[in-house]
Amino acid sequence: MIPALFVFAYLAIVIYIGVFAFRRKVGDHPAEDYFLANRSLGQFVFLLSLFGTNMTAFAILGSSGHAFTNGMVTYPLMASSSALIVPLSLFLIGTRVWAMGKRYGFITPVQMFRDRWECGHIGTVISVVQAAMLVPYIIIGVMGGGTTLYAISGGRVPFWIGGAIVAMVVMIYVFFGGMRGTAWVNTFQTTLFLLFGAIALVVIGVGMGGFGNAVNEMLSSPSTSSLLTREKISPLFFFSYTFIPLSSINFPHMIIFCLTARRMGHFKKTVILYPICMLAIWLPAVFLGVAANRATEVPAIRAKLEARRTLASQGAALAPEQRNELRAKSAGDDILLRLLDHYAPLWLAGLLGAGIMAAVMASDSQILALSTMFSEDIFAFYEGKERFGEKAQVVTGRVFVIALTIVAYVIALKFPQPIFDLAVQYAFSGYSAMMPLLVAALFWRRSTKWGALASTLWAAASVAAVAVFQSIVTTPKVVWSIGDVEVLARTQAGTAVFGLLPVVPMVIISALLMIVVSLMTKKPGEKTVSRYFLR
Amino acid sequence: MKRSLLVVAIIALYLLHQDFWFWRAAAPIVFGFLPIGLFYHLCYTLAISALMWLLVREAWPARLEEGLGDMGTGGQGEEDPFAPSPRRPVPQSPDTEEARRQ
Repeated sequence: MIPALFVFAYLAIVIYIGVFAFRRKVGDHPAEDYFLANRSLGQFVFLLSLFGTNMTAFAILGSSGHAFTNGMVTYPLMASSSALIVPLSLFLIGTRVWAMGKRYGFITPVQMFRDRWECGHIGTVISVVQAAMLVPYIIIGVMGGGTTLYAISGGRVPFWIGGAIVAMVVMIYVFFGGMRGTAWVNTFQTTLFLLFGAIALVVIGVGMGGFGNAVNEMLSSPSTSSLLTREKISPLFFFSYTFIPLSSINFPHMIIFCLTARRMGHFKKTVILYPICMLAIWLPAVFLGVAANRATEVPAIRAKLEARRTLASQGAALAPEQRNELRAKSAGDDILLRLLDHYAPLWLAGLLGAGIMAAVMASDSQILALSTMFSEDIFAFYEGKERFGEKAQVVTGRVFVIALTIVAYVIALKFPQPIFDLAVQYAFSGYSAMMPLLVAALFWRRSTKWGALASTLWAAASVAAVAVFQSIVTTPKVVWSIGDVEVLARTQAGTAVFGLLPVVPMVIISALLMIVVSLMTKKPGEKTVSRYFLR
Repeated sequence: MKRSLLVVAIIALYLLHQDFWFWRAAAPIVFGFLPIGLFYHLCYTLAISALMWLLVREAWPARLEEGLGDMGTGGQGEEDPFAPSPRRPVPQSPDTEEARRQ
């Protein structure tokens, strides 16, 4: 219970930072102040909070859990591909969005799309689709909070109470602090989990008698040696996963965050240091997840390994419910916490637990982004701001924060699916499929609102289709093949199209729709287009 | 440095991510605990950071800041991280009213 007390103290500090520590007098534009911190974030805060915004429970708990089951492939699969694509997209797209936002006063990406493509309700459709796909991401935060507090308290704080506490804390500082509070909390949190990731690696390594021993033991055992390679996944799956990080810059909280930098120059260090930050967070998390396979003296981990063995040896003969139960037992989302609980002294486990909690609570930016989108893309656009004023707009945004948090919490209680699957299958693939919108808006003069609409509807429809497919076909099997070629298959992890993740055809078709439909329809006026292509 | 060289470097780095040559290899174990595939991707991540440094140095889109005047730098100096920046209204496109109906 002592580690849980550290975490509660940490939550109190977070509320203080988010609500009180960096409060400023609200100026003439409360909306820009609340939603964008007045476009005034300095370099240090911009780098750390942007990185923290992109790291969620998924990065820490999800990656360790994935590595526990699948091995070291988790790092190249998710981290090193993101380390290339995310900073590259910040360099190419983030800087341009910042410049257009600064020049023309945009607060959300949809405001930019509406202006760039001279549209209104099409922008609303884009906003609604983006919002719908962001909700699962927020749910991850609530789930991660529940899982973390449950594990840190040794089961004394149930999942539903842990999730409620985390959701409440996030809601409080987003409600009161807006973007400024959120950015400073993220900065504090990123500093914590960068620091504690390294400490956790050392402490657990010493506790396990050195990683060298653990790795060599794994190497000598046929059942674990594959975890040190990439044998468990196919090269096609590996390749197709590089499409997933395309989602990053398309997440509304990321693109909105690009607008908060005080100067475009603040992107420079962010772009250069982002891969290093990825390395510092992901390498320890993945390595610990893999090494946990040798931590058989930890009872909870031993139980997971036994469940995995049973699943492998008797899985085919078991009923679906029994298989699901075993899968849940063998899931590794709490693996890092189990290691800390066993190997770190109580006080250190508490501090490290707080560090993990920092990563788990990164859903704040998503909640704020949805609130921003609602109040700017819907409330203000449909004349709510003109009728009720800018202060009412901010109040609306704050009320939205409360409503959204409650909805996300309720959904989190209903979805027992592992954190990682939920995120990848829905939000990440969907946002990747919307990448053509930003690229076309900023780099292709001939793009049109109808092309944007076609891409958006395709992204929404394909995400829904994958979700429906996976809910109907629940067991792995080939659904459609032509000769020896597997066109569509249900796999253990989700869906495969020609052996690739669905995100690949989703992105390619979305780009084709943007091109073909744009070429078939009338482009925006030259005056509008010329404002986006500075010579 | 020519832009085309930077584009080639980006594509090369993307291709180097698909390191099928270490697919089934765990050994050698670098530093006594890092499987070779993981060590490769550690180095790969550092190489990305170096490429980003090169991109920032050689291809920074400085023209995007032109014409922003004080807005480009915030005009307030770096000491006060929360000094307000000038407000710019969201522009109305020439046919926005017509567009709103679509």
